[in-house]
Amino acid sequence: MKPDKVLLALAGQPNCGKSTVFNALTGASQHVANYPGVTVDKMVGWYKHGGNKVEVVDLPGTYSLTSYSPEERVSRDFILHENPSVVVNVLDASNLKRCLYLTFQLLEMEVPVILNPNMMDVAEKRGMEINASVLSKSLGIPVVPTAMKSGRGKKKLIEAIEKVGTGESAVKPVRIDYGEMEPLIREIEAKLSAESRLRDRYPTRWLAIKLMEGDEEVRKMVGEEKNPGEMLLEFVGGLRTTFEEQTGETPEMHIGRHRYQAAEEVCKTGVKLPSNVKKPFSDRIDGVVCHRILGPLFLVGVIWTLYYLSIVQGYNITNYTWPLLAKIRSFTEAIMPAPGFIEIPILRSFALWFVDSVNALLNYIPIFFILFALIAVLEDSGYMPRMAFIMDRLFSRYGLHGQSTLPMVLGGIYVGGCAVPGVMSCKGIPDDRSRLATILIIPLLNCLAKVPLYVLLINIYFAQHKALAMFFISTISLLMVLPVSKMLTMTVLRKRDTAPFVMEMPPYHLPTVRGVLGRAVERVWLFIRKIITIVAALAVVIFVLLQFPGIGKDRMAYYEAEKDRAINTFYKKISATDYAAAIQADTPSKNLMDLVLYWENYKNARMMAGSQKAASAVNKAFKIRNPDFYPVVQPEGDKDAKKVNREMKKLVRERKKILQEMRKERINQSFLGRIGQAIEPATQFAGFNWRVNVALLSAFAAKESSVATLGALYEQEEAGETLEQRMAAAETGFTPLHALALMLFMVLYPPCLATSIAVKLQSGSVKWMLFSMGYPMVLGIFVATLVFSGGSALGLTGLQAMFAFYGLMLCITIAAGFLKTKQEPSLIQP
Amino acid sequence: MTLDQMRPGNECRIKYLSVRDKLGQRLMDMGVYPGRRLKVVRNAPLEDPMEIEIDGYFVSLRHEEARFVEVDHREAR
Repeated sequence: MKPDKVLLALAGQPNCGKSTVFNALTGASQHVANYPGVTVDKMVGWYKHGGNKVEVVDLPGTYSLTSYSPEERVSRDFILHENPSVVVNVLDASNLKRCLYLTFQLLEMEVPVILNPNMMDVAEKRGMEINASVLSKSLGIPVVPTAMKSGRGKKKLIEAIEKVGTGESAVKPVRIDYGEMEPLIREIEAKLSAESRLRDRYPTRWLAIKLMEGDEEVRKMVGEEKNPGEMLLEFVGGLRTTFEEQTGETPEMHIGRHRYQAAEEVCKTGVKLPSNVKKPFSDRIDGVVCHRILGPLFLVGVIWTLYYLSIVQGYNITNYTWPLLAKIRSFTEAIMPAPGFIEIPILRSFALWFVDSVNALLNYIPIFFILFALIAVLEDSGYMPRMAFIMDRLFSRYGLHGQSTLPMVLGGIYVGGCAVPGVMSCKGIPDDRSRLATILIIPLLNCLAKVPLYVLLINIYFAQHKALAMFFISTISLLMVLPVSKMLTMTVLRKRDTAPFVMEMPPYHLPTVRGVLGRAVERVWLFIRKIITIVAALAVVIFVLLQFPGIGKDRMAYYEAEKDRAINTFYKKISATDYAAAIQADTPSKNLMDLVLYWENYKNARMMAGSQKAASAVNKAFKIRNPDFYPVVQPEGDKDAKKVNREMKKLVRERKKILQEMRKERINQSFLGRIGQAIEPATQFAGFNWRVNVALLSAFAAKESSVATLGALYEQEEAGETLEQRMAAAETGFTPLHALALMLFMVLYPPCLATSIAVKLQSGSVKWMLFSMGYPMVLGIFVATLVFSGGSALGLTGLQAMFAFYGLMLCITIAAGFLKTKQEPSLIQP
Repeated sequence: MTLDQMRPGNECRIKYLSVRDKLGQRLMDMGVYPGRRLKVVRNAPLEDPMEIEIDGYFVSLRHEEARFVEVDHREAR
C-alpha cells in the first residue's frame, strides 16, 4: 500500500546544518507554528515528490533526548506521539562521533531513521573520508551523505526518504549492548510487557532504558499507570542504587558512555581521519574575538554597528516610508465625515486615532527589518555564543545569562533601543530563570519612546546641566535593572528551572543572503501579525477611556456660544467687503465651513510643497478647485481680499483654541482623567499632580503619547510658544526635584502595549505579562516617592538628589553583585 | 585536581564526574565524560567562563561547573 502523505521529521544536534537541509527540501513552502504549552518554535514545511506530499517538521536542534530541556522534550514527544514515517537524522560530517550519540537515542525509539551526514564539503576539506556503505552496514540504516549548501546529494536523500517512507526498504537498526546493565534492562522490559498498557504505545526497551536513566517524564508516565505503576518505580529505584554501588558509576553515565563507545566503534571503520590535524580556522578567529582586550573591544564594535545600522540608519529610512503612512492617514481623513466648526464626528476622531496608533508601530518596520536581518547574521555566523562567553561573568552575578547581552542591547542598554525586539530575542536563552528575568527587566531599559519626555524635562529643569542629566538618565537604568533582576531572581523567580551554562562554541560560518533575509522577513511578518493586530484592538479601549463620557450639556452650550461669537465677529468684520455675499450665501455656516477646510487644506498643501514650482502648482490647483475662495487664501494686492484674509486668520486661530479647550476638557472628564485625579492624593508624594498622572496613564498605549498628552493639557495660549515654555509657565510649583522623580518613574514605566504582547509571547503566559506590567508601577512609585519626599525632607536640590540617588544605586548594584544565590547541584558521593 | 583549576594550554584526561542530574547529563551530552582527553583553550576576558577543546570541537563552561569534573593532569600524554 502506498500512503499519499508522508510525515518526515528532521532531527539533529545544533549547528549540524539542519536548517539548510530543511530549506533545501521545502523551499519557500514553510511556516512557523508553536508546540503546545512551550515557547519553542515549530518549523513546518512540505514538498512534493512522485505524487506524494511530504510534510517536513524541523525539530529543534538538541544534543540528546532527555527530559531536561523543553527542546528535548518537544523533539522526543513529537517522535513518540506523532509517529513520523521517516526521521532524517542530520549530522555534522566533520563531527560524526558526537553526532552519532544522538543517533543511537533515535534508534532506541524504534522509528525508521535515515542517517544524513551533512556538510560533507567541510569534512572533505579537512581531509576526512566517510564511507557511507560501511556506516550503513554497521548501523543497519540507510546513509545518505550530502552537502546541502550546494545541493549535493539532495536527490538521493529525497529518493531514500520515499523508499523508507513508503515502507519499500526495511530498516533493521543495530542495538547498543549496555554490558553489565543488559540483564537489568531485560528484567524491567519483562515487567513492562507483562502488565503495562504502555507497551502498546511506546517501545518497551526504550522505556526500560529511560527508567534506568532516571528520566523524570518517563517515571511520571509509569507512575500514573495503575499497573505496574509505583511498584515498578520502586523496583527500578532499587536496581539503580545497586548498580551504582556495584559498578561505581551512575546508570545514566554508564548508558551515555556506552553510546559514545558505540559511536566510536562505528567511526573506526566508517571514517578515515587525516594524519595531520590543522588548527581549525575558527579557533584562530577566536584568538582575537575572545581575546582578553581585543574581545571586549570587538564586542563594543559589533554592538555599535548593530545600533548604528538599525536604529540610526533605519530611522533615516523611516523618513522615506513615513510619507506612505501619512498618505494612509490623509486618505482616511478624506473618506471620513468632514469635521464641523467645533463638532468633530466621533467616527472621524476614532478612525484617525486608530490609524495613528497603528501607524506609530508600522513606522518602526524599517528599523525592525534591519535589526532582524543583523541578528540573523549574528546567529548564523556563530558569534552569539562568543558574545555570551565574554559577558556571562558580569550578567550571571545578577541572575542573568551571557546570552542576555543581545536582548539588553536591543532594549536600550544606554539609550535609544526598543523593548519589542529586545524581548523577542530572549528566545535563545537556554536557562528558564535567566530568560524570564531578562524578559522582565528589558522594559526598564531606555527605549526610544522614553527619550522625548527626558528631553522635555531636562530642557526645562536641568537646562544648566543638560549633558550631565542626560548621562545620568542614560546610565541609571542599567544601575536599576541589575539589582532588580537580582531581586526578581531571589524572589518570584526563585523556583524557576535553571540550566547549565555548558555550551558549544560552534565553528564560524558565512551567513547566506537567503537565510538572513528569509528570517528577517519572517520575523517582521510575525511582528505585524501578532503585535499590530492586538495593539489595534487595544487602541480601541484606550480611545474609549480617553473620549467618554465626554463634555456635559451646559459646557457644550458654552462652546456653542463661543463658536457663534467668533463667527459673528468674523461676519461683521467682512460685511463691507465684496466677498461677504459669496461666503454668507445659502446656508451660511456650511459655506463658511467649506472655506475653513479649504483654507486649511491650502495651508497644508503649501507647507508640503517644497520648491517654488510646486508652490505655484498648488496655487493653480486651488484656483481651479474654488475660484470664489481663492482670493481669500491668496489676496495678491486685492484690498478687500486682504481684509478677509486677515480676519480669516483670526477666525481659524479662534477655532483652534476652542477645539483645544474642548479636547482638554474632554480628557479631564474622561475615565482616564478621573483616574488621574483620583490617584493624585497618592502620587503627590512622588511629586505628580493629576495632569502628570493623566499623561503617564496615556503613555501606556505608547510612551510617545506622554509628551503629546502633556501638549494637550498645557494648552497653547499664544501661537509659537513651545511646550517647554507652556509647561514651565503653567506649573510654577514644579521644581527640578519634581522633574527628577518624574524621569525616574518614566525609566521604571510599565511596558507599552506592543511590549506587553511580546512578553506574553515569549513567557508563554498572561500571568507573567500582567506581572511585568504591575511590578514596575509599584517600583516606579516607590523610587519616585523616595526621591521626591526624601529629597524634599533633606532639602536637596534636583541636582543634589540626582547625585545622591546615583551613588545609592551604584552601591546597591555592587552589593547585589556579591550576594550568593546559587544552589548546590546534587553530588555523587565517591 | 578539578577542571576549574586548569590553566589555558593545559591538557588532561577526565577521571570522574561528581555531579548528576541536569548538569551531569549536560556534560555527558557535550562529550565531557570519564576517559576522554581535553585541552583548556582559554578563559573569558573576565576569567569566567572557560573554553575547552574535546576531540576537535569547542565547549565553554563556567568554572563553578568545571569543578565537578575530576581530571588527571599527568596522564595527559
